[in-house]
Amino acid sequence: MTIDPRTDVPPAGEMLGDTHCPVPDTLPVGLDHVPTGVDREQAEHLIVNFGPQHPSMHGVLRILGELDGEEMISGEVNIGYLHRGIEKLAESRRYDQVGTLLDRGDYIAGIHGELAFAMATEQLAEIEVPERALWIRTLVGEITRISSHLLWYGPMGLDAGAMGQFLYAVRDREMLLDILEAITGARMMFNYIRPGGVLRDLPAGIERKILEFLDHFEKMLPEHDDLLGGNEIFQLRTKGVGVIDRDKALAYSLTGANLRASGVSWDLRKDRPYAAYDKVEFDVPISNEGDIYSRYLVRMEEMRQSVRIIRQVLDGMPEGPHTAKVAKVLRPPAGEAYAAVEAPRGEWGIHIISNGSDNPARMRYRPPAFYALQVVEDLIPGTLLADMIVVAGSMDIVLGEIDR
Amino acid sequence: MAIDKLTGENSILFIRSEQLFDWARRNSLWYMAFGIACCAIEGLMHASGPRFDFDRMGVFFRASPRQADVMIVAGTVNKKMAETVKRLYDQMPEPKWVVAMGACACTGGPFREYGNVIMGVDKVVPVDVYVPGCPPRPESVQYGFMQLQKKIDAQTEERLAARRNANR
Repeated sequence: MTIDPRTDVPPAGEMLGDTHCPVPDTLPVGLDHVPTGVDREQAEHLIVNFGPQHPSMHGVLRILGELDGEEMISGEVNIGYLHRGIEKLAESRRYDQVGTLLDRGDYIAGIHGELAFAMATEQLAEIEVPERALWIRTLVGEITRISSHLLWYGPMGLDAGAMGQFLYAVRDREMLLDILEAITGARMMFNYIRPGGVLRDLPAGIERKILEFLDHFEKMLPEHDDLLGGNEIFQLRTKGVGVIDRDKALAYSLTGANLRASGVSWDLRKDRPYAAYDKVEFDVPISNEGDIYSRYLVRMEEMRQSVRIIRQVLDGMPEGPHTAKVAKVLRPPAGEAYAAVEAPRGEWGIHIISNGSDNPARMRYRPPAFYALQVVEDLIPGTLLADMIVVAGSMDIVLGEIDR
Repeated sequence: MAIDKLTGENSILFIRSEQLFDWARRNSLWYMAFGIACCAIEGLMHASGPRFDFDRMGVFFRASPRQADVMIVAGTVNKKMAETVKRLYDQMPEPKWVVAMGACACTGGPFREYGNVIMGVDKVVPVDVYVPGCPPRPESVQYGFMQLQKKIDAQTEERLAARRNANR
């Protein structure tokens, strides 16, 4: 019998005869670990290693996947490539220095980590924060939220195969970083929010600069939306893919936009108001679908609401001191405190235990992306290989805060 | 070298082949898209964005180490990551260069007290240019690439001088 290679395809098991290379006993270096429950001798299933260097892995995430054709059978998420001891090092930092570490934890929206830590410290030391400081905190928090969502929106489109929106997102983000640099003195690592208030008052003329940006951004946001969300290919790639229903979202303790895209209305800015959020008006966007597209819609709407909040904050900014009178070296009394803020990725909580010295005895933070990453592992079975990247990207993962 | 200053039609250029290759190399330094931590936002994403636009210097990102000339180590390297950094460096074809971006890649930065963090990526791979800062601004990285171009030029000159001395 002659075999026509164009039509006769032998089953995969038979291909491992003399003509093809045998399955090696040991996998190549770095792949000595296969997902649990996977038989490495199974030739039909391909074990693929993504990361830690992969252009669409959002940092140093590593996923070991088992593939049947183009469908993922299982995937094991492997973290720890950026573990650098933020929580441990905080035990040897003064209370006003811990913000530097938290900035580098969630490096896209560091302000929110500082804010949570400052709020927990203020609870411990019973510091009354002046009104103006609360409004400035709201202002920088919302500016950071837009810049964080823009850095989600750009690379998220890259994952789905689009390129243009990334350049527009970075263009708008540069304007935001200019504003943040004028206010805090740094583009990324601020350490601006300190226990008791903020480091320095708003610079002169910053209102005009922010309003300029808001006018520009309000015009550009519908264009951003048309560019990516209005794209039919993007909609086909995202609608009905990576669905997290309401129960699963609650079971995995999702927070932030990922939770609100699954139909749960939970936003700490509304439900446990902090800073000046109880004095401004805004809506909490919710979507019931739970798929990638609804996560996209919720985040786009959140940016619109942030613009609304910033306008109100600029109008209502009270006069007064920007910080309370706080000792240079803060020694809060022994005890513990927990404070949480609504960071762009979800609930960012800080738990400090103080023993009365000038360093925290123990500091732990709740990284919202860590919980989002656990759902990714749950969503992987049954998705296509290319969709896995989009699912992971849609959860807005920052590996710095996951690995600590 | 003054190739870029040559103008006029029908001009003929005599050049050593390695000089020509080095000129081409220094003007198309393709870096590997390999962001480890915070510095990747500034040094890779904003750098390729519209304001800083490294493309105009011929600096452009490639997804695979096998197509890259430069590795920007943008972030803290810990013990788990070091093996990967070394392996990626070995996968890059010669000639290759390494830019250590940020305080963490230079010395361990704010995390150097922690045992898991490697005090500078030069413990793992040879580094050509150190860019200090936490994180460095994209302009600093741009300046780092200009220093790297100067270094490539100097290496050519050194090699030629060594050969002249040997022939003498």
